[in-house]
Amino acid sequence: MKLYDFLSENKTAIVSTWFNEILATYPSDTSNFLKNKKDRFANPVGQTIFAGMEGLLTQIIAGLKTGEVLNKAEIDLLLDGIVRIRAIQDFKPSEAVGFISGLKNIVSNQVKDAKKSASVPSEGELMELGRLLDDLLLRAFDIYMGCREKIYELKANEARNLTFRLLRQANLINESRMSAPCFLNFKNIDKERKEVAK
Amino acid sequence: MAKFTAKPKDLINIDYTTPKTEWMDTPTEIREHMFCHATKAKDLETVEFPNIHEWRPQDEDWKLPANWEQTILQGMQDLLKKYRSFQLFMDICVRCGACADKCHFFIGSGDPKNMPVLRAELMRSVYRGNFTLAGKILKKLAGARKLTPAVIKEWWYYFYQCTECRRCSVFCPYGIDTAEVTMMARELLNLLGLQLGWIGGPVANCYMKGNHLGLEPHTIKSSVEFFLDDIKEITGITIEPTFNRKGAEILFVTPSGDLFANPGTYTAMGYLMLFHELGLDYTWSTYASEGGNFGFFTSNEMAKRLNSKIYAEAKRLGVKWILGGECGHMWRVIHQYMDTWQGPADFLQEPVSPITGTKFENAKATKMVHIAEFTADLIKNNKLKLDKSRNDHLVVTYHDSCNTARGMGMLEEPRYIINNVCNHFHEMPEDTIKEKTFCCGSGTGLNASENMELRMRGGLPRANAVKFVKEKHGVNMLANVCAIDRATLSASVDYWVPGTAVCGTHELVANALVMKGEKERTLDIRLEPLPGKEASE
Ligand code: SF4
Ligand code: SF4
Repeated sequence: MKLYDFLSENKTAIVSTWFNEILATYPSDTSNFLKNKKDRFANPVGQTIFAGMEGLLTQIIAGLKTGEVLNKAEIDLLLDGIVRIRAIQDFKPSEAVGFISGLKNIVSNQVKDAKKSASVPSEGELMELGRLLDDLLLRAFDIYMGCREKIYELKANEARNLTFRLLRQANLINESRMSAPCFLNFKNIDKERKEVAK
Repeated sequence: MAKFTAKPKDLINIDYTTPKTEWMDTPTEIREHMFCHATKAKDLETVEFPNIHEWRPQDEDWKLPANWEQTILQGMQDLLKKYRSFQLFMDICVRCGACADKCHFFIGSGDPKNMPVLRAELMRSVYRGNFTLAGKILKKLAGARKLTPAVIKEWWYYFYQCTECRRCSVFCPYGIDTAEVTMMARELLNLLGLQLGWIGGPVANCYMKGNHLGLEPHTIKSSVEFFLDDIKEITGITIEPTFNRKGAEILFVTPSGDLFANPGTYTAMGYLMLFHELGLDYTWSTYASEGGNFGFFTSNEMAKRLNSKIYAEAKRLGVKWILGGECGHMWRVIHQYMDTWQGPADFLQEPVSPITGTKFENAKATKMVHIAEFTADLIKNNKLKLDKSRNDHLVVTYHDSCNTARGMGMLEEPRYIINNVCNHFHEMPEDTIKEKTFCCGSGTGLNASENMELRMRGGLPRANAVKFVKEKHGVNMLANVCAIDRATLSASVDYWVPGTAVCGTHELVANALVMKGEKERTLDIRLEPLPGKEASE
């Protein structure tokens, strides 16, 4: 049996085990909620992660089947959904993206388990899957870094806006009398801000 | 490769639930990016708050005053006596869990102590241990615990992860309002001098200068003058607003944030243009120059002190009534507290729109009208000439601010306005708007920068709904009627839904408003070319 057929056949079980594995990284009160609340607006974390995992597996299956390169844009979108959330929760970087390696073990365990009853994918195919997941992991790490950088950028932007504000205030408030030059400064800064914003 | 000792079969059968620790036995870790800095001593001195001392949240020792325990217990006793609601909220929760998964901070963080029921339990447990017989005798069995410095830290950490949005209370069968429990907790923490810089600073500024940013009269005036320059560039019209003018019919009060920070500034320009077009007899005040009230996030008394300037200024200027700008918590304070604190405002008249003659009976007590009500009434009475197509480059959705939606029940007016000034409007899903709206994630003084990770967690449920309408309808503008929303949602959507902008409702009005004698517009309020008009620029 080809690996993509095996993955297709066992897709539900694999996704559900994979999902459970990531849920186990949350406190138990929370994982119940993340697992059982099916509304995507009431439970964006659980639903995004689940849909992301399902989508990733679909992409992997399609990639293996056609033997073509994976749809990287689609994969990145799916990874982004999950990683963007985990990047701002209480996780270390390795914990935030580590769920990807988990899939290797889940699949190989499923394969080993099925060995007795049916024909199973070859070791070579499993190694191919391993390489694919390694690539995904690296992509996920890039996304994670992008998210963290964004957090710092947001902080820096707000701090910079505040500095502008303080500068403007300093120009006008620290001088007990207003004078033309200070007004000019004020205005220049404002224009500058608009340029920056543009 | 790593060696696995477990058999494959066992691995598949792993129980993936984490071991359960009772919340009381789970220690609180004060984590970087999740909290706001401590306030400066000088700011607390300005408003004479108690137990002023230098401390840092990340330090082991918070240098609590010697009698900290007695201070808190006495404080609790006083609050229980003063507010019957607080006593009730401590007693009647049946822990049904209906509120548990309704908080944006829980949804976004997955931290069980962000479940409203558990958040309140952080305080209830101390209440039981000290104020109930069962708790005193049965202790932990009755859900009671002792007050320790670790409990104080836990309170501080989690009551500053609540934006007092009241979403949880909508789902509680008993109407328990965890926001009020948070208010009590913050009031108690304030007794120990454990105030946030982002709250303490604006409070001191507001007390001394009349607004959160500490803008002095000439700065306010020059800020407005910049807007006038831009308005002239866009419309060709010269506007001359007045400041502190005695005898004006209406006093206009709005959050100071809109005078300084984008995109709020565009909303402020919208006010100026609208009032000019109407020929409204109104004045700005450089003293009552803040609609918001960060005192509301410290103590009832402080909120009252800061709020008092609005009526004082209205009286000094001799106006007939007060018009208030787009803001969230400002309206919760006005709607639910102002009349009790400062009323009756019998030196003012029941607000009547000078343009339409409409009596704003809902504002009979406070004499203060929300600008969305005012403008919706103008549109309803056909008093504005509007060119919707000037907003055709925008696909708009509307975020209900917690305070205007749940705190004062204003749901339809902003939508009515937006639908009359825009051609493309799409609602977010039902369970995320109106009474069930999700908080922006950074209200109640949590809109600092150092706690950005917390803000992103709290902002996720709202942003997630925005993302949905963006994907479905191509939404590119998130409108609202709140100055804090304008500041905080900008960061939140930048992280979660990049490519979405944030605006006040009156920015949209200003784009569409056809003014008498205006030149042909080629720019929108942001000074960006209007679509289709780029060439003529
Ligand atoms: S008031 Fe809002 S932030 Fe506070 S616990 Fe309730 S839902 Fe959460
Ligand atoms: S919904 Fe009300 S009664 Fe139920 S747990 Fe929450 S606060 Fe308690």
